Amino acid sequence: MRELYEFAVGPMAWAAFGVFLIGSVIRLISMYSLARKKDGPFLSYMSWRFGLRSILNWLIPFNAQGWKENPLVCVTTFVFHLGLILVPLFLLGHVVLWDQYWGFSYPTLPEQAADIFTIAVIVACLVFAWRRATNRTLRFVTTGQDWLVLLIAFLPFLTGFLASQHVGPPLVMTTLHVLSGELMLMAIPFTRLSHMIFGLFSRAYMGSEFGGVRHAKDW
Amino acid sequence: MGIEQRRIDDAGLARGMAALTPEKIAKTFQALIAGECGARLRTYVETCMRCGMCGPACHYFLSHDGDPSYAPVGKVSETMWKLLKADGKVDPRVIGDCAQIAYTECNLCRRCMHYCPLGIDTAYIISVVRRLCHKLGVTPMYIQDTAHSHSATLNQMWVKDDEWTDSLQWQEDEARSEFPDLRIPLEMEGADFMYSVIAPEPKFRTQLIYQAAAIFHTAGCNWTMPGTPGWDNSNMAMFSGDAEIMGRVERYHFETAQRLRVKRIVMGECGHAFRAVYDVGNRWLGWKMHPVPVVHSIEFFWELLDQGKIRMASKYPGPVTIHDPCNVIRGRGLMDKLREVVNHICDGVVEMSPNREHNLCCCAGGGVINCGPPFKNVRIVGNKAKADQLKATGVQTCIAPCHNCHGGLEDIIHHYKLGMKLKFLGDIIYEHMEKPGAV
Amino acid sequence: MQNKASWDWEPGSRVIADTRDCSGGAEWIEEPYVSPDGERVAAVACVGEAQFTLCANGQPWENVFDKIWYPRFSPDGRLTAIVQSDGEWTLAVDDAPWEQTFAYLWGTRFSRDGSIIAASIQQDGEYGLAVDGEPWEGLFENATDFALSDDGSAGAASVQVKSLGQADIATFQQGVYSIAVNGEAWDAVFVNAWNPSFDAAGKRVAAALRHSLYEYGVAVDGVPWKSRFGSVWEPVFNPATGEVNAPGRVQGKWGLAVDDQMAWPARYAQLWHVAFTPDGKTTAAIVAPEFGSFTVAVNDRPWEATFPVVTDLALAKNGRAACLGSDCNKNFAICVDGRTWSGRYDMAWTPVFSDDGANVAVLVEKQGKRTVVLNDKVYREWFDTAFPPVFSPDGGKVLIRGISGGKFMRIVVTPDAFHA
Repeated sequence: MRELYEFAVGPMAWAAFGVFLIGSVIRLISMYSLARKKDGPFLSYMSWRFGLRSILNWLIPFNAQGWKENPLVCVTTFVFHLGLILVPLFLLGHVVLWDQYWGFSYPTLPEQAADIFTIAVIVACLVFAWRRATNRTLRFVTTGQDWLVLLIAFLPFLTGFLASQHVGPPLVMTTLHVLSGELMLMAIPFTRLSHMIFGLFSRAYMGSEFGGVRHAKDW
Repeated sequence: MGIEQRRIDDAGLARGMAALTPEKIAKTFQALIAGECGARLRTYVETCMRCGMCGPACHYFLSHDGDPSYAPVGKVSETMWKLLKADGKVDPRVIGDCAQIAYTECNLCRRCMHYCPLGIDTAYIISVVRRLCHKLGVTPMYIQDTAHSHSATLNQMWVKDDEWTDSLQWQEDEARSEFPDLRIPLEMEGADFMYSVIAPEPKFRTQLIYQAAAIFHTAGCNWTMPGTPGWDNSNMAMFSGDAEIMGRVERYHFETAQRLRVKRIVMGECGHAFRAVYDVGNRWLGWKMHPVPVVHSIEFFWELLDQGKIRMASKYPGPVTIHDPCNVIRGRGLMDKLREVVNHICDGVVEMSPNREHNLCCCAGGGVINCGPPFKNVRIVGNKAKADQLKATGVQTCIAPCHNCHGGLEDIIHHYKLGMKLKFLGDIIYEHMEKPGAV
Repeated sequence: MQNKASWDWEPGSRVIADTRDCSGGAEWIEEPYVSPDGERVAAVACVGEAQFTLCANGQPWENVFDKIWYPRFSPDGRLTAIVQSDGEWTLAVDDAPWEQTFAYLWGTRFSRDGSIIAASIQQDGEYGLAVDGEPWEGLFENATDFALSDDGSAGAASVQVKSLGQADIATFQQGVYSIAVNGEAWDAVFVNAWNPSFDAAGKRVAAALRHSLYEYGVAVDGVPWKSRFGSVWEPVFNPATGEVNAPGRVQGKWGLAVDDQMAWPARYAQLWHVAFTPDGKTTAAIVAPEFGSFTVAVNDRPWEATFPVVTDLALAKNGRAACLGSDCNKNFAICVDGRTWSGRYDMAWTPVFSDDGANVAVLVEKQGKRTVVLNDKVYREWFDTAFPPVFSPDGGKVLIRGISGGKFMRIVVTPDAFHA
C-alpha cells in the first residue's frame, strides 16, 4: 500500500498535473484554431468588456434569470463550485504538500471551514444526484457521462473527508483520495468537466454578442 | 412525452422524408458538420452539463406543464445530440421529427440564453438542425413555399414588381384624401432614410403603409421607398435554413438602400425582419455590421416623439400592457425606448411579468407561424403560458410592435378568450397624433 | 448619347432656371432632376387634385396626367416619366406619351446612347418589356430582373414559364423559371434564373441559375455551365473577349469563374460587382479578403486599403479603379488605385473618371450640403443639392450641376477651382 501511495503522490501526481495542464492547453489551442478556421466571423465579435460583464453578472447568485428561477440549482452550484475551488487549493493538508515538495506555502483555510466546505460539496453532489435521478427534464437528457463526471467530482471529497475524519485505514483512504483527485484532474480536459476550460469563453462570447451587438443583457 | 407522440402531417415534411435514404442523411449530415460547424457547436455539445436550468425558459415547456421534451435541452437532445451520437446514421423518420421540433417547437427566441450559466446558444444549435433539414429537403410546406417566394421575387409573398409600387401609389392616393399633399416618395435618391416593410403590408395590411406615410408626412421626414425588389426586409429563408437565399435577399435589401444613397433604413414594426437585417444577413455576406444602419420603428418613433416632430393630440385610453418582441428586445435592447414611447402615447401601462429581456415569446416567430395551418395548434397550445401572462395584467389592450407577435398573440387571445385588443405603435400614433396637415 | 464635345465647355457659371418657376399654379413641386448636359432641370408638379405634369426649366408640359413618377433624363437628353391617365399607364417622352398604354409600367431603361427607351410592363396580368412603346409579342405570367442591351437592340428578363398552385413546392422545385430574350423564353427551365445580362453586341445572354435548392450555376444562351457552386452572383460578359465572368461560392469562399473555369481561386469572404475595362484586360471586383474587411481586387490582386463596406466600383478606360469605402454608411472615403483620399463625407456617389483616366471626380455630401471633389480637392461652393460631375472630353474641365436657393446652376470649371 505504501508503494501505491508513493506512486500516487509521486509519478502519478506528475502525470495527473501534466495531463490536466497540457491537455487543457492543447484543447484550448485546438478549439481556438478550430474557431478561427470555422467560426472566424463569430470570433470577431468577442469583446473583453461585454465578455467580462457577462461573466461577472453570472457570478452573482440569484442575479441571472436562470438562477432566480432555479433557486436550488443556484445555491447548490455556487456552494459546490466554491468548495471545489477553495478546498483543494487552500486546505492545510494540501498546502503542506506544496511546502514539502516544492518549498512554498500560502495562507490556508481554517480546519473547520475546510470541513464545512467539504461537507457542502458532498451534499451538493448528493443534491445533484437527487435531481438527476428525479427531475423529469434531467432524466430525459441524462447520459452515462453525466453520472460519471458527478462521481469523479464526488470521490475526492468523499475520500478526503473520510480520511480527515479517520474513517477506515488512513493510508488506504489517503491513497484513494489522492488517486481520485488525480482522476478528476485528468478527466477535466476530456469530459464534460471541460466546461471548466471552455465555459468562460462560451459565456464571454454570448456576453459579447448580447452586449456589443444586441445591446441587451444576457443574464 | 416525446416527439413520437405528437407527429403532425405536413405535406412538405412527408415529401421530404419520402425522398430520403439513410445514406443520403449520413452523407449530408457529415458534410454539414465538417463544412459548416466548428468550435461553437463542439463547445456547446461538450460542455452542456444537462442541468435542466433552461427548462423554465421555454414557453412550450411552461405551457406543457414541464414536459421535458419541450425543454431547450430536451429539444437539443432529441435532435442534434441524437444526430451527433449516430454520426447522422438515422432513418428519414428521425429527420422528420428533427424538422418538426426545430421548425415548429422552437421560436429561436433566445430566452433560454438567460438561463444557461455556460452561455450555450440553443437557438444556434436548432438553427443548425434546420440547416440540415433544409439540405435534406425536409421542411414544412408553407415555410418552404415562402423561401421559394424569396428566391423568385425577393419578397415573402410572391408580390410582383408592379404590385409593389401599385400598392404604394394606391395608399398614397388613399392618404391624400386625409393629407392632400402627402407623398410616398419612390426612388428618391439621397433621402434621409429608406422605409422598408414586410410583404404582408402591401399584400394584406396596406393600412400600415398608409399610417406610416401619414406619420412621416406629419413629421416632415425626408424619406423614400424603393421602386424595385429589395424593398422587403422579411426573410423566411433565414429560418428555413436556406442561408444562400437568405443572403441574396439581404444583399438586395442593403444594395437598394446604398443605391438610393440614404443614410439609414427605417423598418416597420417587424421583429424577425429586424434580426435578418440587423445581424444575420450581413454576416453571411461578409459585413461585420449592417452596411447601412437599420432602425426599427420603435426607435424611430421614439426619435420623432423625442424631437417633437410628432405631437400627441390625445393619449390612447389605457391601461395597456407591453409585449417585448424577442428580436428587437433580446436582439437589440429597445426595451427602454419601447416603454418611453408607450408611456408617451398611452394612458398607463401594466407590465407583464417577467418582461423586457425576459419576456415570454409570442410563439409565432422564428418561422413557426410561417409553417402554416398544420401547426397552428402547436403554437396556441404551446403558448398557454403567454396567455396566462397576458390575462394576469387585467388590461384590455396589448401593444406588440412586431408582425409575427401580432399573429401569434392574436391566435392565443382568440383561443383563450382573453378579449384583448392588439395594437401596433403606429396604430396608436396615427390615431392619436396631432395632424396639422389633415383636412 | 449627346455629343459631349458640342456642350458648352466655356468655363463659367450660368443659372439655368429657378426650380420654383414651376410653382405658379402648382400645389407642390417634387424633387428636381437634371439633364446630362446640365441645360435642363425638371420636376413633377402637382397642378390640381390628382393632376400632375412635368415642368422643365419653368415650362410645364402640355399634357396633364392623373399620376406621374420616375422622371428621368435619357443619356441623349430626352425627358421621360411614367404617367397614368384614366387608370392606364404608359411612358411619356418629352411630353409625348407612348401610344400604347398598359395596366402597369415601371423600370424605365435606356440604351447606352439613349436612343432606345424601354420599360417593364404588365398587361392583363402578363409581364414583359416594351421597347420604344412596343411590347414584346410574348408576355409571361411573371417577369423580373429586366435587362436592356447596351445598344438597346435586345431586352431580357427572368420569366415564369409554368404556373404554380398555392404553396406548390413540388412544381417549383421541378423548375418554372427561364430567361426570355425579346419575349422568347429559353427552352430550358430552372428552379431559379436570375440577372440576365448581355454581351457587348447584345447578341448573347448569360444568367445566374439555381439548378436545385442547393446547386447554383450559370447559363449562357440557355446552355448551363458544367460547374456547380454553393451560390453565385450575377454573371457579366467581358466586353472585349466575350468571356462570361461570374462570382461563385465554393466551400464557403468566393472566387471568380470565367467561362466555366475558376479563374480567381475561391478565397474571398465576398466577391461581387465585377467590372472590366473596354479592352477587357483589366477585371476588377469588390472583394472581402477576410470577414468584415472589404476592398477592390484588380486582376485578383486585392488592394491593401480595406474598409468595413466598399461600394461603387468604377473603372477608367486605362485600367485605373476607384471605389467608395465607408464605415457602415458613414465617413465615406474615396479610394483610387488603393490610395485613400484624405476627405471624409457623410455620403458620396459613384466616382467618375475622365476619359483618359487621369482625373477622378466625385459628388459628395457633408452636413446636408453637396459638392464635387476632384482628385481629393473640394470645389469651393457647396449646394443644397447637386448631381454627379461630368468631365469634358479632354478631361480638363468639370461640369458641376448644383441647386442652391432653388436656382439650378450649370458650372464649368477647371481644376484650379478645387482646393485641398
